[in-house]
Amino acid sequence: MSELPAGCARPTGAVIGAAPSEPTSNPEKPEPKEALMTARVGQKAPDFTAPAYYQGKFTNVSLSDFLGKWVLLCFYPGDFTFV
Amino acid sequence: MSAVADNYPELQKLGVEVLSVSVDSHFVHKMWNDYELCKMVDGGVPFHMVADQAGNLGRAYGVYDEGQGVEQRGRFIIDPDGVIQAMEILTPPVGRRVAETVRQVQAFQRVRESKGSEATPAGWMPGDPTLKPGPDLVGNVWKVWKPSMEKK
Repeated sequence: MSELPAGCARPTGAVIGAAPSEPTSNPEKPEPKEALMTARVGQKAPDFTAPAYYQGKFTNVSLSDFLGKWVLLCFYPGDFTFV
Repeated sequence: MSAVADNYPELQKLGVEVLSVSVDSHFVHKMWNDYELCKMVDGGVPFHMVADQAGNLGRAYGVYDEGQGVEQRGRFIIDPDGVIQAMEILTPPVGRRVAETVRQVQAFQRVRESKGSEATPAGWMPGDPTLKPGPDLVGNVWKVWKPSMEKK
């Protein structure tokens, strides 16, 4: 985990080991991306590094920061949604 | 997410770290925490709120909805070796039940502590008997476990 400077760039998360996305030949209609990895029970969880908000700070967090602990990874549709 | 945050102390007691992920930026996560969630959970969200604006994490976990540009409610229990032990994916309108997640974590921890020598039957809660798979149990599960034990 490292603190993330709050600049104007819009960093996003990336799966570790995945190739950076290349521009598609037709920018109007990007090809649907194939899944790089598929999460499955009994298999290693895809590691990632991504920006995060954590208790008043912006940080860069990786799943592998938490090796040795149980992790509950929860995706949800969006902030300010209702459920 | 506030339900998960509210149960965070119990999850921490079990040694569980939480990461929440959506396609919102970390700036929006801050606003959501500061303006709404902190009114539902004392002290605000106690765990990392991860930003996945490009959907890369969601794709890797099979929960990214390309058409809508959002992530479905995917919940993954990952063990200390980084292996996924459980997953549950719901479409957006239905929320999760955190108590069931806690129960599953407790069951997976029990199995791990036993180094795989024990299994937990349906509806197992901490304190309930576990099953010890082996030659003696084959055909004899009925002696130690009944469906009524799940419904208590």
